Amino acid sequence: MNIIVCIKQILDPEIPARDFRVDSAKREAERGSANLVTNIFCENALETALQFREAHGGKITVVSVGPEGAEDVLRKALALTANEAVLVINDAPGLADPLFVARTLAAAIRKIGAFDAVLLGREAGDWGAGQTGGLLAEELGLPCISFAESLAPAAPGAVQVKRQTDSGWELLESTMPLVVTITNHEKNVPRIPKTRDVMQSYRKPLTKWTLADVGIDPASTAAYYEVAELSIPRKETQCEFIAGDTLEAKIDAFASRLTEVMRAL
Amino acid sequence: MGDVVCYLPAKAGWDRSAQGVLGAGRRLADSLGAKLRAVVLGPTDEALVQGAAAVSDSVAVADHPLLAEYHPETFLAALVAICKPLAPRAVLLGNDTYGQELAARLAHRLGGSAAGDAVGIAVAGDKLHVTRGVYGGKATAVIALVRSPGVVWLRARAMDPADPAGRAPGEVQKVTVDLAADPRVKVVSRHVEAKEGVKLEEARVIVSGGRGLGGPEPFKQLQELATTMGAQMAASRAACDAGWVPASWQVGQTGKKVAPELYLAIAISGASQHIMGIADSKVITAINRDPDAPIFKHCSFGLVEDYQKVIGPLREKLAKNG
Repeated sequence: MNIIVCIKQILDPEIPARDFRVDSAKREAERGSANLVTNIFCENALETALQFREAHGGKITVVSVGPEGAEDVLRKALALTANEAVLVINDAPGLADPLFVARTLAAAIRKIGAFDAVLLGREAGDWGAGQTGGLLAEELGLPCISFAESLAPAAPGAVQVKRQTDSGWELLESTMPLVVTITNHEKNVPRIPKTRDVMQSYRKPLTKWTLADVGIDPASTAAYYEVAELSIPRKETQCEFIAGDTLEAKIDAFASRLTEVMRAL
Repeated sequence: MGDVVCYLPAKAGWDRSAQGVLGAGRRLADSLGAKLRAVVLGPTDEALVQGAAAVSDSVAVADHPLLAEYHPETFLAALVAICKPLAPRAVLLGNDTYGQELAARLAHRLGGSAAGDAVGIAVAGDKLHVTRGVYGGKATAVIALVRSPGVVWLRARAMDPADPAGRAPGEVQKVTVDLAADPRVKVVSRHVEAKEGVKLEEARVIVSGGRGLGGPEPFKQLQELATTMGAQMAASRAACDAGWVPASWQVGQTGKKVAPELYLAIAISGASQHIMGIADSKVITAINRDPDAPIFKHCSFGLVEDYQKVIGPLREKLAKNG
């Protein structure tokens, strides 16, 4: 099975809130001293693809749309033993418009050629729009299954997808090709690359295309949405720490506060 | 033309989500000087239809054998078929799994723009403005939707319901949609992870556990505490990823967005991504041994202690308080 995994480089979402700044005029997050990392759900998607390939064979191509520096996340994916990588260079700063990204990914995927499944993270840890998968499916005219945690072979030309729902989970079966968005699950926690594979990742094929190479003209793509404002909310409650001379006294006082709240229900 | 459509899944019934979606829809329609059109897909109950009619200008009920159970491609096709002739200005959905997965694709098929996890929606000139948390809840963005319709999934349970007083109920219409079974995707099976009581999203009291619990065992203790409190159980992403509890318990940016009267976080540090899921709670409180844990910044009151020393005696005390 040929699997394409789309991955995105983002500002490290683990940076503490106190170190996070935005440029309200530019309506962008400030890079500051934060690292750029692979979006966690994209790592979950790659891990899901790697496990499928280990069990059933196939080939994994990772694709990213981003600046030159996004090569780093593709190299890391190659170190995790993805077979090939493609970077479509988009230097436009600021918000990545989800429809623009979906169209660019669709164009790149068509240029790559034959594939059976496209896996993406369910959303990114920066803007968190959660739309690229759905929009990509529409651009490619394919079915889409969201919030999946694993894939398994089904009838010839089909795949079974286990996905999470509000009340539990579902098993869906789809013909291929299809688009799948991946969510986090205990079984797709990303692995750590082996040192040997990191060395070898620099010898693996990494193709770079410009937007023009894939036939995308940014000027002719009408905007989907814009950021009108970006700010950091100043909302902190003053926490009253429960005091008491003994542990028992503190627990009693805490219990009283809980009871008070629950009685008002 | 230019109306506001609210999509209501029949299966969920007249729940807080349906009420919140219609509340937001009513206010948006009023500010646009437009009509509010509720759309119900699937076999429905009277409570939902009557509740929706009371605050809407019309309720379209589309029942079809293929809409008996949710199917991503079929429900999408049905919504497109109903929305397209209406040429709406906005289509609003709730923040359940299915609403989230439908929104972007629906926007694409209607030539519009989507945005999700909205905590606010307003008209600004010729655009719709959607307020939402970004960067894992560290920042708030106002997104201007360039295309029409704006397809928006909302933090529905945090939205005020509309007041039906002084309003003639909207007309209820049965609509026929022409649907064919999708030849590509089939639902093989559905599994509900058995959990007693109300849904987490509708729960009034929640007891939630995190990474600091260190394993699945302490969740049993938390469960006893929750039972005493009449609370539902939840967990942070770390606890779900570790496999200690089912993924459907996860609360946070990518889990459930809850809005209880009381949220008790036990051994949860309170990363901004977790806060995104609980910010609509009335009272947040925590037990954590680290006084600097970020969770306390969001608490009305809190207890700095090792949870292991607290849970047992706390449960006994609460049982006594009754």
